[in-house]
Parts: sequence; structure tokens; C-alpha cells
Amino acid sequence: MHIVACIKQVPDPSQARIDRETGLVIREGVDKIINPYDLHALEEAVRIKEARGGKVTALSMGPRAAEQVLRDAVAMGADQGILLSDRRFAGADTLATSYTLARAIAKLGDVDLVICGKQAVDGDTAQVGPGIAANLDLPHITQVRKIRELTDSKLVAEKLTDRGYEVVEVSLPAVITVVKELNEPRIPGLRGMMRAKKAEIPVWGPEDIEAEADRIGLKGSPTQVWRTFEPERHRKGEMLEGTPEEQAAALWQRLRAL
Amino acid sequence: MEIRLRAENCTICGACEAACPYDAVVMGNDGPQFTDECTVCGACVEACPADALYIDKEEEVSSHSQRQKGAGDVWVFAEQRDGKLLDVVMELMGEGRRLASQLGVSLGCLLLGGEVDHLVQELFEFGADQVYAGCAPELKHYRDDLYAQVVEHAVRQYRPEILLIGGTSNGRSLAPRVATKLGTGLTADCTGFALDEDGNLLQTRPAFGGNLMATIRCPNHRPQMATVRPKVFPKPARQPGRQGQVIALELPAFKPWQRILEIVDGADTGPNLAEADIVVAGGRGLGSPANFRLVEELASALGAAVGASRAVVDAGWVSYPHQVGQTGRTVAPKIYIACGISGAIQHIVGMQSSEVIVAINSDPDAPIFNIATYGIVGKVEEVIPALIREIKGSTSQ
Ligand SMILES: Cc1cc2nc3c(=O)[nH]c(=O)nc-3n(C[C@H](O)[C@H](O)[C@H](O)COP(=O)(O)OP(=O)(O)OC[C@H]3O[C@@H](n4cnc5c(N)ncnc54)[C@H](O)[C@@H]3O)c2cc1C
Ligand SMILES: Nc1ncnc2c1ncn2[C@@H]1O[C@H](COP(=O)(O)O)[C@@H](O)[C@H]1O
Repeated sequence: MHIVACIKQVPDPSQARIDRETGLVIREGVDKIINPYDLHALEEAVRIKEARGGKVTALSMGPRAAEQVLRDAVAMGADQGILLSDRRFAGADTLATSYTLARAIAKLGDVDLVICGKQAVDGDTAQVGPGIAANLDLPHITQVRKIRELTDSKLVAEKLTDRGYEVVEVSLPAVITVVKELNEPRIPGLRGMMRAKKAEIPVWGPEDIEAEADRIGLKGSPTQVWRTFEPERHRKGEMLEGTPEEQAAALWQRLRAL
Repeated sequence: MEIRLRAENCTICGACEAACPYDAVVMGNDGPQFTDECTVCGACVEACPADALYIDKEEEVSSHSQRQKGAGDVWVFAEQRDGKLLDVVMELMGEGRRLASQLGVSLGCLLLGGEVDHLVQELFEFGADQVYAGCAPELKHYRDDLYAQVVEHAVRQYRPEILLIGGTSNGRSLAPRVATKLGTGLTADCTGFALDEDGNLLQTRPAFGGNLMATIRCPNHRPQMATVRPKVFPKPARQPGRQGQVIALELPAFKPWQRILEIVDGADTGPNLAEADIVVAGGRGLGSPANFRLVEELASALGAAVGASRAVVDAGWVSYPHQVGQTGRTVAPKIYIACGISGAIQHIVGMQSSEVIVAINSDPDAPIFNIATYGIVGKVEEVIPALIREIKGSTSQ
């Protein structure tokens, strides 16, 4: 079974800043990490391989520096990492991103299962997983918290819903997005790290995946950041002063009166 | 109203074909031809470098009535569960109504289900002019495959200008699939809408990290699609007796690709945050998982639900269902008490509609104070126990 885990390199959310002019995220000078949900995607892919045999490909689109998350993926047990990196991919919104990732998956050819994180913590859209599926005309299941059954031809999974969960069956190949409850990502061992250090990470551009020029990057992105702004700030409330006891008393008096 | 060609100017460059959001332009040997898909949106006119296209407004007088039903309208996806409309549908209809009025178009609702007749009147009374209804036993429960196929089909047929979808777990699975199939843009978790001078939808959402909002546009593709979390917009007033028009959707041939084996409700959904009258929420300012107990104690003294910021959920102090904010739940209780929460925009968008907001924070400049009804500058480990004593003292009297 060939499993692709889509992993995104994201700036550490606690350090993020925005370029006021362009409205784009400033990526310089901020630590980069693997999108937390994608660790669970990767972990699941590696577990499936360990249980059933097969291979795991980690796939990422991003700047050259995103090579690092693919090495991390190899350290965790992925057999190979592929980086989609090219000036022309830059500025992609979720439509262009899903198209690009889908083209790469199509290029890999024999893929049985694509696993994405539920969402990327920088954009938080949760759109790329279903978007990849739609591009490839494959079934998708979002918010998978447990895989109940997996054979060469079908997948039965528990999908988190707003009110509980649903058990859904799809045929393979398919795309799933996963939540944190699914598993506990492993810490790479020394052997994994050695392998990661030596791993070749191929870099693919638009030609390698036969992508249409007007469907990638900024050009292929229907949505545009029109402007960014700071939300209005004005203090309209009442500050309660005094010792903690006085503050607590004043607050309780007001809340009781409601 | 239609697009006309000044053939003498046309260089057959194909810019119009590329620019058309509806794939309605076919390049012939003598220039572009327009198919029935054309909505006269003008994208091709704009794109033409040779000034070879223009909008012929001759029949302007009757253009509105001539326009195919639905084209250019504002649509809301009317998600139902077990034969009941979700509140987020009405919330979106309030916004949808406002946008439709400004654009001078109708508000349509897209309603799918096993049987939906009983919901149609409700949608009219909350502001729908048209209800596009798709009924089939297979559509009784939400399912990604058939719902996506029907929505895509309906959009292609009626060509709404705007399509709003509730950011429920179903909506967040449906919307990206449909948007991708239609090749249009989708903005997630919007918190505000407006229109620019050209009638494009301005979609505002919190931006990455820090306290910034971003306004997103999708000028060259239709429909403009957005998801909105529940409780972000108020529910409009119901207008009893208001009438509208039902349009039965012609359903595409279903191509199922999934089977739902079991639907389990009420399990593991965590705290009933969404319905609680009072929410006590804790953040990183509590300092340790042990101190998070203070929040739980305060909540239990008040009969409140427990909420949390993402920082403490990520740190593992409390489970994800408690998370309030852009990526967690949106709540709008009568009283929201934020303890040791800084008030990052991603948190605020999830609770700012609360009637009374109390903030307890040691930093007088914490942004949470900007939205607080009552602010207490102080240490949570001192203020919360004092507050619990006050509450217990007064209730035991
Ligand atoms: C895409 C994206 C989505 C996000 N979604 C969400 C979301 O859904 N929900 C969410 O909450 N966050 C979300 N965040 C994270 C958000 O930006 C903040 O990082 C987070 O809300 C901060 O949590 P906090 O207020 O608990 O921690 P901090 O920002 O660290 O604030 C702690 C506060 O406690 C105060 N404090 C410290 N000690 C004490 C004390 N002894 N007594 C009283 N006060 C004290 C400090 O002054 C400070 O104001 C998201 C971020 C991104 C990038
Ligand atoms: N640039 C990218 N490279 C690889 N995977 C991605 C990329 N962007 C998004 N993904 C995948 O799609 C998921 C959802 O992302 P998003 O829709 O941006 O919230 C992530 O958890 C990843 O698995």
C-alpha cells in the first residue's frame, strides 16, 4: 500500500507576524515547525505501513527551507520526501494548493491513501484535504479520529462530527484528514535521524507534475488578500479596582444583578 | 443585456476565454462566442486588452426579469439535521438578506433532505425569496458525496453570485469540495461581509497570528463562496406569514462513493459550551494544569461550562472540545469570564458576542480588556478563590 502524507511547514504560531503592506505572513526570522496536525497524519501513515507493508511518501509544497519537514518525516519513518518548490507555486491559496498537491499525487501514480492534517494552523482553512480529493475525483473523509478497518480496497473510519461521530466506509484510493485523537506521534529515534540526514529530497517544479501554468501559485488563486487591518480597540468596560477581595465582591455584586 | 464584440478590434488572443469565471466563452476563428452559461458579469470585457468587448445594455429595462432565475443571487446553504434547520442557517440568512438587498437581487436557500416541505415556510419567514429544494431518500442525512454533487449541479444551473455555507463539520467538508469542483475561491470562517463598489464580496476573517484581520476578495470567479461559524452573526427576526417561491431542484444522477454505517450522536462531544448561559474560560495565565482546577471550581460554583484558549488546549491542560475561538467553538453566553487569557483575535472571534464579558488578567494592557464589560487587573490565583468565596458566601445565606 502506498500512502502519501501531506505535510506543511508553518511558522510557529506563537511567533507569527504579518507584513502590513502585503497582508502576507512574514516568514523570515520565525521558527518553522511541521504543522501539528500533520504529525498525526504522518504517524498514521507510518503505522499503516508497519502493520501492512508498503511505502510512505511525505509531500510538501513550500519554499526550499520546507525540505526540513520532509527530513523530519523521513526520521519518523517515511520512505521518501518530495518537495514541491518553485517560484511559480508561490502565493497559492487553497484552490491552487490542492491542485498542485493533487498533480503531484497523480504523478506518483500508484497511491492508495492520502492523509492530510485536519487543518494547517497558519491559515486554518481545513480546505486542502477535500480539495485534493475533489481534484482527483476521490472519496474523502474529514476529521478522522479512528481507522476501524483498512483493506487493499476499502477504508472504514470514525469521523468526528459536531454531535458525535459517524462510521463511514469508502473505497480506496481515498483522501482523509485527521484529528489529534487519532494517535500519538512518535519521537524519531537515532536511526531515523541518521537516515533523514542522508536522505535525498527531490524538488519538483510545475513541469515535473505537468501542472497548468494558470492553475498554480498566485495566478491560479481566485482569492486575494484585499487588505489587512487591526481590529478596533476601545476600552468601553468598567475596571474594578482594589484588593482581590474587593474586586471579587464588586464583580459578584454586578453579576448577581444581571 | 449581453456581451458584444467589436470584431474589428479582436485579436483572438483568448484573454476573454481565460478570464471567464463560468467557462462561457468559446474561442472561434472569428473571435469569442458566448454560451448560455454567460451571466454578463463583464470579466471578459475587463480582461480584453484590445477593447473588443462591451456590455450592450440595450434591454436594461427588463434585464432583471429576463435574467434566469437565481443568476446573480445570494444563496445560503440551508443545512438541516433530523429535519430541523440549524441556527447557523438563519444567522447566514440575516447577512444574506442584507447583501441581496444591497445588490438588488434575491436571497435563495438551497435545501436538501429526505423530506423538506415543512422547512420551506420557515425559510421564507426568515427571509428567503426562493427555496431551491432537493428531495430524495438518499439525501435524508448529510453525506459528502451526494450533497456535493447536488450543490455543484444546482450552482452550475442557477449560477448564484454568492454562496454562504455554515462552518459546521459538514459545511467545512462540503464547501471545499464544491468550491474545488467549481474552480472558485472559498474563504473559511468569515466574521464579516461587505461589498466593494463593483459589487464584489469583501470577506473578513482573522489573519494568521497576532491581532490582525484580513479582508479577502474573489473578483474573477463565481460564485464567491464563504463559510461562517455558528453564532458569529445574530439570528434575524422571523416574519410570520412571509411568502416565497419553491423551486424543485433537478437532481443529477447520484454517483455515491461512500456508505455511512453508523451515526452516533451525543457521544464524546464534550461540554455543552454552545448552549451554556455562563462560560468560565482559562488561558495560559493560569500558569499550570493544576491551577486550571481554579477555573473548573469557579465554573462549578456558577453552574457554568468550562472553556479554554488554544494555548492551554495545545499544552494538554484540557481537551480540545473546550477550546473557544476561531479553531474551537464559537460561544455567545450571557456571561463569559476569561481568566488569564490575553485576548488574541483568534480567541476573541469565538466569544465576542457574549452579553457580558469579564476579564481577569495581571497585565493591564492585555487586549482582552478592550472588549471586557468588567475588567479586573489581578492574579488569577488570588482573584478566582476570592470570587468563589463571594459566590459561596452569598448562596449559602
Ligand atoms: C490560525 C490560528 C488559529 C487560532 N485559533 C485559536 C482559537 O480557536 N482559540 C484560541 O484561544 N486561540 C487560538 N489561536 C491562538 C491565539 O492566537 C493565542 O495564541 C491564544 O489564544 C493565546 O492563549 P492565552 O490567552 O491563553 O495565552 P497567552 O497569550 O500567553 O496569554 C496569557 C495571559 O495571561 C496573563 N497572565 C499571566 N499570569 C497571570 C496570572 N497569574 N493571573 C492572571 N493573568 C495572568 C498574561 O498577562 C496574558 O495576557 C489561534 C492562532 C492561530 C494562528
Ligand atoms: N503547502 C502544503 N504542503 C503540503 N500539505 C499541505 C499544504 N497545505 C495544506 N496541506 C495539507 O492540508 C491540510 C489542511 O490544510 P489547510 O486547508 O491549509 O488548513 C494540512 O494539514 C496538510 O496536511
